[in-house]
Amino acid sequence: MYVRLRSAASLLRSVLLRLCGLVLTLLAVSAAIFLVIDVLPGDVASVMLGTSAREDTLAALREQLGLDRPAHLRYLAWIGGLLTGDLGQSVTYSSPVATLIAERLAVTAPLAAMSLALVVLIALPLGVAAAASQDGPVDRLIGLFGQIGVAVPNFWIGLLLILAFATGLGWLPAGGFPGWGAGIGAGLRSLVLPAVALALPQAAVLTRIVRTATLDVIGQDFVRTARAKGVPGTVALTRHVVPNALVPIVTILGLQLSFLVAGAVLVENVFNLPGLGRLAYQALAQRDLVVIRSVVLLLAGLVIAVNAAIDLLTLAVDPRLRRSR
Amino acid sequence: MRPNLRLALGGAVALALLVVALVSLVWTPEMPFTRVRIPLRLRHPLAAGLLGTDHFGRDVLSLLMRGAFSSLSIAVPAVAIGACIGVAIGCTAAMLRGAFDTIVLRIADVVFAFPAVLSAIMLGAALGSGPAPATIAIAIFNVPVFVRVSRSAALQVLAMDYVAAARAVGRSAAAIGWSEVLPNIAGLLVVQATIQLGLAILAEAGLSYLGIGVRPPDPSWGRMLADSQTFLTQAPHLAIAPGVAIALSVLGLNLLGDGLRDALDPRLRR
Repeated sequence: MYVRLRSAASLLRSVLLRLCGLVLTLLAVSAAIFLVIDVLPGDVASVMLGTSAREDTLAALREQLGLDRPAHLRYLAWIGGLLTGDLGQSVTYSSPVATLIAERLAVTAPLAAMSLALVVLIALPLGVAAAASQDGPVDRLIGLFGQIGVAVPNFWIGLLLILAFATGLGWLPAGGFPGWGAGIGAGLRSLVLPAVALALPQAAVLTRIVRTATLDVIGQDFVRTARAKGVPGTVALTRHVVPNALVPIVTILGLQLSFLVAGAVLVENVFNLPGLGRLAYQALAQRDLVVIRSVVLLLAGLVIAVNAAIDLLTLAVDPRLRRSR
Repeated sequence: MRPNLRLALGGAVALALLVVALVSLVWTPEMPFTRVRIPLRLRHPLAAGLLGTDHFGRDVLSLLMRGAFSSLSIAVPAVAIGACIGVAIGCTAAMLRGAFDTIVLRIADVVFAFPAVLSAIMLGAALGSGPAPATIAIAIFNVPVFVRVSRSAALQVLAMDYVAAARAVGRSAAAIGWSEVLPNIAGLLVVQATIQLGLAILAEAGLSYLGIGVRPPDPSWGRMLADSQTFLTQAPHLAIAPGVAIALSVLGLNLLGDGLRDALDPRLRR
């Protein structure tokens, strides 16, 4: 009983410490983004409208953005707005940034979810199969997929998929998004090729990680004992090896989110998808700094928050990590 | 694949990349490589030049060769800057430990959450897009990688007897870092730099695809792929060559990195 209480207290302490760390990290990231986008360029209004803009137009934008106030007050106003859901008004789209982000998230979130699911569905069986036949022909073939997969840019895979399955075979749309109003099937169909393009390079990375993590566990005593007791190879793999190899796999999967976010910016442009990545790119083309700072914070914050969540998840799963981290 | 084969294949590809990039400065099959020949536009491979022509009638092989130089001119400085800053911070953190070490690791985690494309968009918003912001963005992404690699390698070296001996004879921390730690982690850093160079080529291609990397008329593999998208049905060959060039370069550098690592430390093979 005492041991269990102590373990729960240690878990609670670790969770609280990490949550405090997460909040501080997000604050530091938001400050860095604000510094680069709102302070570094000097006169934000001139950056957004260009140096040839008329003085009265510049003055109007300065007033709209509150640029007459000191930087720290503007930062606090932005953070306050983030907490209340008011991210300001986009100059280009003439609509609230929060609404824009919500609309675009309706494309990027399912795209990311589909890609992550594909990454796991491809990498887990391939990595385990490679480990199970270490140094055999299957292992070599999967190793080749790993080597080539990490070297191929996702946006090129996107172009090749369009060539093969859209313009060639005509099975799937070459780009664009009909909107969820056109039906879930039509929406999902337009996300299939982008999700595959986004997933393949990351699946190649994860396959190598799964293989290494599986090999680490296969060599341990408890697996040998299970095999000695007559547990068949496949059962030993699925019931003993894979669950024990999950901690490093899930941790790497979290780190891969950073690459998925970067990939989304590119792949959404290849397939002309109205997602968050394309919004960030379009906002850059339009110099809409109000949109850029919130989208960048959202994307970077998402990566940090998901990694923190995975960190906590692994703490809950593996008590040994509570002391060692 | 056998380690020696990896090293040889990777080394050959990396060498070819470097040679092509340098040769393109003085010679390309079509001179100058920017020459517009509208009557010859969108010709298929061998119909005009080895790899055909683009929508301006420019020779694809010449653009591809010069694209290798554009790619390396961003990727190499980006990795070099990232490595210098990252190794300096990582080694200092390993030597000082304590609060500095903790803060450095925390910041490295945060910076890692910014993929090069996000940093490039931020820097593009603040300073304008182009090769310089693209190089800085890729360098920023490289810093935390080198911080982590150099820190953990330096910690191992610092635990060695010869470092204790150097401390015992009164050598300063800076001298130990320079003459004991750095030479002993150099091999590992070269391996990491090779792999990072491949990633930097991928990142540069992505940024140029978006139009926030290399500026026209300088050709870049990413830009060539972006241009090819408009003519995907008419001239699919335009979407093949630059992609193959990127993939081959990255694959070669990755093989070279793996081969070098195995050659330096055979225990790591698996």
